[in-house]
Amino acid sequence: MTDTLFGRLDLSSLSLWHAIQTPTPSELIAAGAAMAVILGGFGVLALLTWFRLWGPLWRNWLTSVDHKRIGIMYCALALIMLARGVIEGVLMRSQQAFGLHGGFLTPEHFSQLFSTHGTIMIFFVAMPFIAGVINYVMPLQIGARDMAFPVMNQISLGLTATGAALVMISLVLGQFSTGGWANYPPYTGADFQPGPGPDYWIWSIVLAGIGTTLSGINFAVTIYKERAPGMQFLRMPIFCWTVICTSIIMVFALPPLTVAALMLAADRYLDFHFFTNDLGGNMMNYVNLFWLFGHPEVYLLVIPCYGIFSEVIPTFSGKRIYGYMSMVYATMSIAVLSFCVWLHHFFTMGQSANINAAFGIASMAIAVPTGVKTYNWLATLFRGRVRMTVPMIYAIGFFYLFVIGGLTGVMLANPVISYQVHNTLFLVAHFHNVIIPGVLFGLLAGYHFWFPKAFGFRLDERWGRAAACLWIAGFSFTFLPLYWLGLQGMPRRSATFSDPAFQPVMWLALFGAALILAALTCLAVQLWVSIRNRDHLAVPLGDPWNGRALEWSIPSPPPAYNFAVLPQVAARDDFAMAKADGRTFAEPDAYEDIEMPDNTAIGMIVCVCATLMGLALVFWIWWLAVLSFAVMLVALIGRTFRVVTTHVIPAAEIAAAHRAWLARVQAAPAVSRRDETRERNRGRAMLERPTTPEAAE
Amino acid sequence: MTTSNLHPGPNLGDHHGEAHYGAEAIVFGFWVFLMSDLVIFGLVFASYLTVANQMGMAGGPGPAEAFDLRSVFVQTMILLTSSLTFGFATLAMRCNHGRAAIARWLAVSLLLGIGFLTLELRDFAHMIDVGAVPQRSGFWSAFWGLVPLHGVHVASGCLWIGVMLAQMAVLGMIPAVKTRILRLGLFWHFLDLIWVAIFSIVYLGGLMP
Ligand code: HEM
Ligand SMILES: [Cu+2]
Repeated sequence: MTDTLFGRLDLSSLSLWHAIQTPTPSELIAAGAAMAVILGGFGVLALLTWFRLWGPLWRNWLTSVDHKRIGIMYCALALIMLARGVIEGVLMRSQQAFGLHGGFLTPEHFSQLFSTHGTIMIFFVAMPFIAGVINYVMPLQIGARDMAFPVMNQISLGLTATGAALVMISLVLGQFSTGGWANYPPYTGADFQPGPGPDYWIWSIVLAGIGTTLSGINFAVTIYKERAPGMQFLRMPIFCWTVICTSIIMVFALPPLTVAALMLAADRYLDFHFFTNDLGGNMMNYVNLFWLFGHPEVYLLVIPCYGIFSEVIPTFSGKRIYGYMSMVYATMSIAVLSFCVWLHHFFTMGQSANINAAFGIASMAIAVPTGVKTYNWLATLFRGRVRMTVPMIYAIGFFYLFVIGGLTGVMLANPVISYQVHNTLFLVAHFHNVIIPGVLFGLLAGYHFWFPKAFGFRLDERWGRAAACLWIAGFSFTFLPLYWLGLQGMPRRSATFSDPAFQPVMWLALFGAALILAALTCLAVQLWVSIRNRDHLAVPLGDPWNGRALEWSIPSPPPAYNFAVLPQVAARDDFAMAKADGRTFAEPDAYEDIEMPDNTAIGMIVCVCATLMGLALVFWIWWLAVLSFAVMLVALIGRTFRVVTTHVIPAAEIAAAHRAWLARVQAAPAVSRRDETRERNRGRAMLERPTTPEAAE
Repeated sequence: MTTSNLHPGPNLGDHHGEAHYGAEAIVFGFWVFLMSDLVIFGLVFASYLTVANQMGMAGGPGPAEAFDLRSVFVQTMILLTSSLTFGFATLAMRCNHGRAAIARWLAVSLLLGIGFLTLELRDFAHMIDVGAVPQRSGFWSAFWGLVPLHGVHVASGCLWIGVMLAQMAVLGMIPAVKTRILRLGLFWHFLDLIWVAIFSIVYLGGLMP
């Protein structure tokens, strides 16, 4: 069945082939998705060729080691994958809406849908989006020129893209796993799923996971070692604190995932018995390893989003963050506690009641620092001059929905309740309830907040508001009803159900999913409209929101070297302070040459080789796996023989650009906060003192 | 000689100028990587311990049938010695004893590393002979997941030493080469540490009555 040249890849691996032979709705949908991937891929290639964009794309993006460009590419990847993930979610909701004794999808196809949906949403939407925002914002906030390891940064992106590519290819060739996003053995072992599905999961997760570990190292070292003069730890914006905590989680929590997935690979490929049912295997080891990663992972996702809200809320309230120190302590305690609670994911799997109790209490403890943070955000709003811009709408949605999600989390942390609602839609409602308002709303708020920094123009406000309101309403209609269904005993991950009482609620949830689809459409339209109107929305001067941290003190988009002269930081919220004392926009005494890393193709080489290697492993094409690994290794070693990897930007060039920008800032009228969403706003905010004494705090 | 200690572990010292100061972030980053690798080993150890019992062995051979303590002891000595010789290489670099001296000590460490691997492979062959293969039981899967993982690390360390010898010849002792040797040293000592744990937990622990 396997041949030397093509392994187990043959005509029957093509999903189109199945659709031609048995044109059922399920097969046609699968084939349609495969066609969408193929046509989308070719469409992009054709457009790039038509507009002659290959050269610029290669020179300015794919080979760039600039943390800003890498950050943008991460976000683009995340948004593309978000579209697929949401469509899959809506498809699953439609199936269940028609799912009384049937529906239009086969259970097999439904299982693939929740497996790819969960995998994509966690690993290829939330993680890259977060890596992207961190990449873009963090070095600017601490006054650095780049990441500590720019080339490694590019390689991390390459590996993440590899994982995403493998999941996309699984639509066209073979099938994805049906084992859920956690891919539990023994169900995903070779005995029960001999096909390529779980292998797709393994290699996309392992390769992307290595990339994320490297990112974590990079972020941590950047914050520890690359801060601008005077940027003491306790002067850093809260977002940077959340980045430290997240990168620590990346460094310590991704290895368990890699270990678990590779052991599963050994079971599947080499007949090992780590997690098999027979011969001394123990699947509980997998469950422990997976959740030793999985629980910290959810905090890896949400902590930076707390950081984003901690930037957005003070800025749009015109105040500084309330309770800075307690914010820092709360973030650190959440990061530490996140490693101590993994067992609450398997309360029902046979450990003693005492262990369950201990982990239940530890889980509930996380609510304490989270509560501290919530109070701090509310106190920041209190008597501020709040402007309801798009990021603030997301923040408001986050406040009330996240509290509901958090409270149901405390319920689930109680083993007694967990036994009751185990594996029901209650759980699905809970985690979407924390992950969509907490993570996705946070990221979308960050997207609107920093977009003008990245591209030099604002996003259209009206479409943005529509999208935000639709997200909030859509989320509420889709997921809050699932709590009720879960309490009534509707199991998760089931394609059909038999109790007619569930039917109306399923329809309600489908209505919500339609609103979410509309929200996503609004986001796409908004991007298109904003690009078309970019001249009206332009904010090149760099500070459209009366910002507080260093990233707002430079032009938009920032030059490759970020800061013409490294800032000398004197206080927390240094830029806001500088505006208040009139220290801003002074010409520096002298400019210096700046040394910047050269572009390199190594990240692309790694990405292409790793993708080929992953595919080869999935389809048992051993020669290709060995060859692509060897090429990757040789390229990496070869790269270390390069001596000169940087170039110098002369001081004169920097001085000219900086002086020109300063002149434009000085000439521009300062814009008051009332006008910040109007065309008048070119990115020079007027300093408006708070009107009440408390707000000055 | 040195005035500023910029990172944990041996520092090159101020007299190395750019190489010394440039090492700060790079070596720190490598420590963070090692912490992450330590987590990997810790988890693989933990998985091993959960199946190091009768149930995990599933009626197959146990440690007593498959381990050769004498050979393992020799391997231990060889690896510990290689750490010592690597230390000499680092010192030679720090005290500017010249490229030849550094290369000599690196080459000795490399040979010891290869010697270790050879003995280890011989042990593995013996285990395969007595049926202690990973496919036999959960216990042997865990063993083969842990000990060869260390072996693969040693092999990559050997490859890395080879690359460094080549770079010293081609590029000379430029700052990048120096900081790479510093990091390689950390890696090499780290592997020693893991081996001590393997020796005590897997081999001594396995053979304890
Ligand atoms: C945006 C609209 C979304 C919709 C309509 C949606 C819908 C669904 C549905 C129907 C399921 C299957 C539930 C079941 O097993 O019965 C599911 C599972 C899941 N979703 Fe979503 N979802 C959405 C967004 C997200 C987001 C943003 C994330 C994470 C960032 C996410 C993560 C997950 C995960 C991890 C699972 C579990 C997969 C598994 O069972 O293994 N979802 N979602
Ligand atoms: Cu958890």
